[in-house]
Amino acid sequence: MIFLLRRLAQGALVMLVVALVAFLMFRFMGDPVRGMLREDATLQEQQELRDRLGLDRPLVVQFAKFVGGALQGEFGVSWRNQQPVMELILDRLPATIELVVVAMIIALLLGVPLGVWSALNRHRPQASLLQTVSLIGISTPTFVTGILLILVFAVILGWLPSFGRGETVEIGFWRTGYLTASGWKALILPACTLALYQLALFMRLVRAEMLDVMRQDFVRFARARGLPTRLVRFRHALRNALMPLVTIAGMQVGSLIAFAIVTETVFQWPGMGFLFLQAVQFVDIPVMAAYLVFIGFIFVVLNIAVDVLYTLIDPRLRTGGAGAGR
Amino acid sequence: MQDAEARSPGRIARLRAGNDVLDSFLSTPRVVIAAAVALLMILTAVLAPLIAPHDPFDMAAISLLDSELPPAFLEGGDARFLLGTDSQGRDVFSAILHGLRISLMVGVVAVLLSMALGVTVGLVSGYFGGFVDSVLMRLADVILSFPTILIALLVNGILRGVLPSTQATATAVLVLVLSIAVNEWVQYARTVRGSTMVEKGKEYVKAARLTGLPPRTILRRHVLPNILSPVLVLATINLALAILTEATLSFLGVGMPPTQPSLGTLINTGNEFLFSGIWWVVVFPALTLVVLVLSVNIVGDWLRDALNPHLR
Amino acid sequence: MASLLEIRGLSVLFEGKRGRVAAVEDLDLDLEPGEILGLVGESGAGKSTVGNAVMGLIDPPGRVEARSLRFKGEPLELADEAAMMRLRGRRIGMIFQDPLTSLDPLFTVGDQLVETIRLHLRVDEKAAWARAVELLASVGIPDPEARIASYPHQFSGGMRQRVVIALALACEPDLVIADEPTTALDVSVQAQILELIRSLTKARGMGVILVTHDMGVIAEVTDRVAVMYRGRLVEEGPTARVLGRPREPYTKGLIASVPRADRRLHRFPQPPGQADAAPKAIDLGSHWLGAGTRRERSDVPVLEVEGLTRDFVVRRGILGIGEKRFRAVDDVAFAVSEGEVVGLVGESGSGKSTIAQMVVGLLRADAGRIRFAGADITATRRERDLLPVRRELQMIFQDPYSSLNPRLRVREIVAEPIRFHRLASGEREIQALVLELLAQVGLGPEAARRYPHEFSGGQRQRISIARALATRPRFLVCDEPTSALDVSIQAQILNLLKDLQETLGLGMLFISHDLPVVRQMCDRVAVLKQGRLCELASTEELFENPQHPYTSELLALMPRLDGLAPAPAGALDGSSEANVHG
Repeated sequence: MIFLLRRLAQGALVMLVVALVAFLMFRFMGDPVRGMLREDATLQEQQELRDRLGLDRPLVVQFAKFVGGALQGEFGVSWRNQQPVMELILDRLPATIELVVVAMIIALLLGVPLGVWSALNRHRPQASLLQTVSLIGISTPTFVTGILLILVFAVILGWLPSFGRGETVEIGFWRTGYLTASGWKALILPACTLALYQLALFMRLVRAEMLDVMRQDFVRFARARGLPTRLVRFRHALRNALMPLVTIAGMQVGSLIAFAIVTETVFQWPGMGFLFLQAVQFVDIPVMAAYLVFIGFIFVVLNIAVDVLYTLIDPRLRTGGAGAGR
Repeated sequence: MQDAEARSPGRIARLRAGNDVLDSFLSTPRVVIAAAVALLMILTAVLAPLIAPHDPFDMAAISLLDSELPPAFLEGGDARFLLGTDSQGRDVFSAILHGLRISLMVGVVAVLLSMALGVTVGLVSGYFGGFVDSVLMRLADVILSFPTILIALLVNGILRGVLPSTQATATAVLVLVLSIAVNEWVQYARTVRGSTMVEKGKEYVKAARLTGLPPRTILRRHVLPNILSPVLVLATINLALAILTEATLSFLGVGMPPTQPSLGTLINTGNEFLFSGIWWVVVFPALTLVVLVLSVNIVGDWLRDALNPHLR
Repeated sequence: MASLLEIRGLSVLFEGKRGRVAAVEDLDLDLEPGEILGLVGESGAGKSTVGNAVMGLIDPPGRVEARSLRFKGEPLELADEAAMMRLRGRRIGMIFQDPLTSLDPLFTVGDQLVETIRLHLRVDEKAAWARAVELLASVGIPDPEARIASYPHQFSGGMRQRVVIALALACEPDLVIADEPTTALDVSVQAQILELIRSLTKARGMGVILVTHDMGVIAEVTDRVAVMYRGRLVEEGPTARVLGRPREPYTKGLIASVPRADRRLHRFPQPPGQADAAPKAIDLGSHWLGAGTRRERSDVPVLEVEGLTRDFVVRRGILGIGEKRFRAVDDVAFAVSEGEVVGLVGESGSGKSTIAQMVVGLLRADAGRIRFAGADITATRRERDLLPVRRELQMIFQDPYSSLNPRLRVREIVAEPIRFHRLASGEREIQALVLELLAQVGLGPEAARRYPHEFSGGQRQRISIARALATRPRFLVCDEPTSALDVSIQAQILNLLKDLQETLGLGMLFISHDLPVVRQMCDRVAVLKQGRLCELASTEELFENPQHPYTSELLALMPRLDGLAPAPAGALDGSSEANVHG
């Protein structure tokens, strides 16, 4: 309980720091008034806006107002196309989430078994080949993967589309591509592009973790108890090896959302990342600030979720120890 | 002296440890090749202005008549342009050499900067602990929990808002280096802090404290030399990561300008012509980038295993 | 009747890049049912490898060769993994050294027991649980019905080793291989575990191979003993005979090196061929080491400790709420006179090392006073003011593998204190002093050029001693200086420390968990329990006529070579162990 409270307090602190960075960006980079009004606005119009935004009041008050606004999803208006920022982000959110979810599933479903296999068969030539391939995987930047996939499957073979989401279906505010054939077709290349790097990473991490566990005493003791290899490996070693993966996978969801920026750019996928990149290119501060706070929130929630999950699955954290030390 | 254990297997193993790094290097052809390729590429990058057949930035020497020529070994290729030309008639091979130079420069400077900062912070934080340590490490936690590319983009956006003109090469390089270093110093700081705390607990550091040596001397003479191998591994792996990050930022159009293209910029500009069939302006820079990063990664991967035998 | 285990010509080879190393060479051994065979030797003797080989746990690149390996008359097919799997756990059980890492942390003790039982005995779930409870009870775990649902981390070290034993015995094996089963445990817990192994052996008629480096353990529980040295069997026979009248020179030396608990000797006997000369006699009046301070044995205390207290924070709270503290040292007072050796003994968690760290200034005391040569060091806040004290008060550490900076040559390691404290007039004198100090600790001049990793544990400890002497100290704190060393090396290092202490008239605080060592080294001994001082008396008085019940308990539990008398069993029950682990 104390642990959870402390984690929540830490999370709130991180959010406050993120909000501060976003606020300082918003307040001091460029002139918000100039950014929000037309080029030919009169001095009086400028002053009116200045009053309305409270830009003449003390910074602390302004920050409090910014945080208050952020809590209600109020981030102002995009300088570039004058739409409310929150609306823009929520509009793009489903596209990014759908992309990230599929990429994560691909990465986990392939990465974990491959990692386990190459740890258990590490003396085989196939395993060291796999190691090299995975190294190529983490050495190839996401955008190169994307471009090469487009070149082969869209330009040369013409099998799959190279941009957009295909047809989408609207369910409430959520626009999904999961329900149409063209939506799935459009998803394949971006999802594979995004997954490849993570797949290689998972594979390498699981392999290293598995090798580490296989060296431990309790694995030797399990063998000495006469347990068959299958049980030793998959009941005892694998379970222990997968514990850290919970943390890593949680962190990697965040990483996927970030790398979605690149993937979405390559495939002109209408997600949050693409939006953010355009904001960076045009120095559209309100969008950048809102994206930062929004992503920060997602990461903090993920981190807390991972920690809580970890305490639930690890008995050493779940139950207090009588003799934790010697 | 006739210690019974003097000739035990344990001692033999320890004696051999020194030569093992070199041995394992020479006995892994993959690593030897990777190191050779990396060295060759670094050399090429340094000498790029001397060995590039054309000057891709000399507008006078470029002729639109030479534009979109395929590589020399394909039909319709021109022997003057080994890897073909782009839409403006620039030699792709020369552009790659110059791009490689910029990519490597940004990477190396970013690594050196973040290493200097991170190692110092890590040593101080790990050795003294306390309040400064807590604050620094919370900051590190926050930075680490955000992915590299996101922070790089953010710092990039802020700097581009603050600095006057990003079209100047020096400014662009500075922005890139800072965007990368803001992420990477944290890794050195974390690693060095951890190792420093381990070394601090070891008895030779306690012995140095008992001698009365001041902390500065203990850190420089006793702790630093013993924590350098993880730093070396990290520096190698981070060079690969820095090159990747630079390429990604440039590809996204917030890195090097098209007038001073890095490999990422080349791929970005070439990408626009992907559908017009001149694939060589994208594929060759991309291959160069992947080969460079891969060879650095192979060396880093091996180094990590070789310097830390129990991880194998 | 066939032997339980018959080993003929066993070799274990490790093929490396630089040729093959034989960890075990041409070994013959027999074991009868109901018998405990001790397999003893120093590090690198190959004793653990024998156990692993019989279990079929030698992994490539290791290779096992044997003329004949028979288990109950049947040949052991080590190469046949399926056949070995049927034997392991079912017919042959194994106990490892470290109970903290031997159990899977993610499964309850019951899960792991039932898993083993059901695998080998083909009984249903319910019967397996019943048997698991029964097993836990038989290894002395209180309230087994409740404890069976606990995870390994919820047990103390000694209790966990009992669980490990229960697992090894789950299917009533005919043979148990115990690899240093008590090395990681405190002496009181060790006595209980050894007694448990012995009573189970006799009750079930199984055979036990007990691998250990500890002659005391051998004397305590084994029926027969086999002595190994560098992969070969040196001597084998009934325990009383081998320990009482060893035939081979190596065995004689080994047994002679074991510190005796029954009487004080002037020097530790050395194994033949390993005897080292005492350090050169030096005249303190003229020698560098004697310059600056006058050292005569007197009753003036050089070190005085009063009311020393130190807490550690076990769990941090928020703003002090929910914080949990643990008192490691509680109101301890003692004094050491010039030229006197005072021992601090106690089990793990008794606070002895914490006291040592506070005395030398590596840790701050929460309360109390430490005076060195009349000056109050606890009151001095500025590091610079402590320099004169730092110079005179030095420490010898436990772990020879971490006490030397691996990146510096020995010359630099020894020269650093001389240079820092400006104890020599120039670089030439420094270099001469380094060689002189190395000679004092029995190392030749060639040692100066080398790096620490080129030396063995014993040699490294000599270098540590040379470094400590390089500040010209008048007081040494020795924190378990030999507990990481083999017994024959231990004897050499202790002799060296003793000679230096006498020659230089050093005051010494000697910290150890090993009572016989303390008896040999110290003038007075302080016994600590859970941070408190139980008894402080002259060594002879303490060993012959202990006043405090805890001292008597420790003395009774101490495994002893002399007399081969078994310790009174069950002197401590589980509850006192739980206290030790707090």
